[in-house]
Amino acid sequence: MRGLALALRQVRYENAGFWRNPLAAFFTIAFPLMFLVIFNLLFGSTELDVEGGVISTSTFYVPGITVMGVIGACYTNVALGVCFSRDGGLLKRVRGTPLPGWALLFGKVGHAVLLAMLLVVIILAAGVLFYGVDIPSNALPAFVVSLALGAAVFCALGLAITAVIPNADAAPAVVNASILPLLFISDVFIPLHDAPAWLTTFADVFPVSHFAGALHTAFNPFETGLGFEVLDLAILAAWGVAGLALAVRFFRWEPRA
Amino acid sequence: MPTPGNSAAAIEVRGLRKSYGALEAVRGVDLRVAHGEVFALLGPNGAGKTTTVEILEGHRVRSAGEVSVLGHDPASGERAFKERVGIVLQSAGVDPFLSVEETLNLFRGYYPRPLPLDDLLDAVGLREKRRERVRRLSGGQQRRLDVAVGLAGDPELLFLDEPTTGFDPSARREAWEMVGGLKERGKTILLTTHYMEEAEHLADRVAIMNQGLIVAEGRPSELTQRQAATTVRFRLADGAPAPPGDFAAPPEGMDGAYTLTTAEPTRDLHRLTAWVVEHGVELQELSVSRPSLDDVFIDLTGHSAAEDGQS
Repeated sequence: MRGLALALRQVRYENAGFWRNPLAAFFTIAFPLMFLVIFNLLFGSTELDVEGGVISTSTFYVPGITVMGVIGACYTNVALGVCFSRDGGLLKRVRGTPLPGWALLFGKVGHAVLLAMLLVVIILAAGVLFYGVDIPSNALPAFVVSLALGAAVFCALGLAITAVIPNADAAPAVVNASILPLLFISDVFIPLHDAPAWLTTFADVFPVSHFAGALHTAFNPFETGLGFEVLDLAILAAWGVAGLALAVRFFRWEPRA
Repeated sequence: MPTPGNSAAAIEVRGLRKSYGALEAVRGVDLRVAHGEVFALLGPNGAGKTTTVEILEGHRVRSAGEVSVLGHDPASGERAFKERVGIVLQSAGVDPFLSVEETLNLFRGYYPRPLPLDDLLDAVGLREKRRERVRRLSGGQQRRLDVAVGLAGDPELLFLDEPTTGFDPSARREAWEMVGGLKERGKTILLTTHYMEEAEHLADRVAIMNQGLIVAEGRPSELTQRQAATTVRFRLADGAPAPPGDFAAPPEGMDGAYTLTTAEPTRDLHRLTAWVVEHGVELQELSVSRPSLDDVFIDLTGHSAAEDGQS
């Protein structure tokens, strides 16, 4: 009980620290929006074939950039935050206090999830206001569940990746190299209709395409059912479990000497 | 303040060893620190002092030996242990975007019986800076905040790892006053330092580590007494005759001084002054000095503490 109260308190302090660096906060939020605008400028006038009909490319990019936003807030942000705290001695220092280690990490993860929620709201609002995109109605529960699962999974993977990052200087390179290529080959930045089959098969090994698949289905206006992509969600969840297990096993509280 | 399960000493270490692969960083250390004592661990870089302290803090797991800190085995990582100690590491480890007050409150919240905020601010002289963001504090102020964070839980035992490295002399003196104040509150303090002067000033007892072993231990005055030699030093006016006996001549062409390191300073001084009267010369800048802890350190480790400097 006390542990949980302490963990929630960590979220509050993480959040306070985040907003104290206004320029960083601004661009963290503006970054996915910039991508939304750019991709719409480049490809917004075209149309896409989806299951059941044809959609505007804008309808593709709202869930796509939502994937990017959630991954940025959860995976990238958690991994970099942990690496910087680790290099700065914050993790080690807290480790010497009665605060349970998991509560400290919960603070970072909890803050990341709140940030992801804020980003999703902003991206959806922009989609509705500027690009005439419809929010899912029948598939709204599927959208919310997929988002929540995706956020949790990418937080776990963000924690796991820190085990192979030696220090904070290496963190941006490792984190970006591990995620940016996947965003290009997983139906996030570019619709994959014309991609070679082996490439989509390769992308399907990783969690990003399944997260994107779940959100695209929920956003498909021709979806008549509940829109749950059970297989995508199962693979996504498996990645989350693996990430969590690796994080628990290999997490380091100090930078590699 | 004795607590059930406490041994008589705050820290009790026997046969402590720590290996990193083939490298044995600590090679059999025995240590005993009494409650309320300020104990300094000295040694050149790589002597094993940080490894030793980190084992006592619970940050490292030992390879062999017995360790009891406030009656706990630090390796167990029990919360009860962490509630009773404060750790000030060499690196800061606080969020630069929080204020001094927020940082202290964050850490106070981790402990069952924290010190009142105002007490903490006063203990480290940061009352005026309470609303300042951590990143806007000077280096010395950040270090003091570090110490305050270490004190947040009102620990019985405080670990201070090189508390004044990188300080200018006035900041160092302030930090010393602060540690003196902690001692008056009855805290047990284990500190590591590169500065002999700091150890002499603050510590009740000192241990000097070299190559993973404690090579000397005792009160600073005991250690300097163990080094029996006293140094007699003076200059002579140009053209004066050479002094008697064992006084080493200053190097050629240098404005050096004659020096003699002796175990019998009274006898040698008597001979010297007799010679002075006999020859009608005057000694310039005559000094007779007891060995400093620095001399002991160099003698035992082959290093000068100052030349090690920052780690």
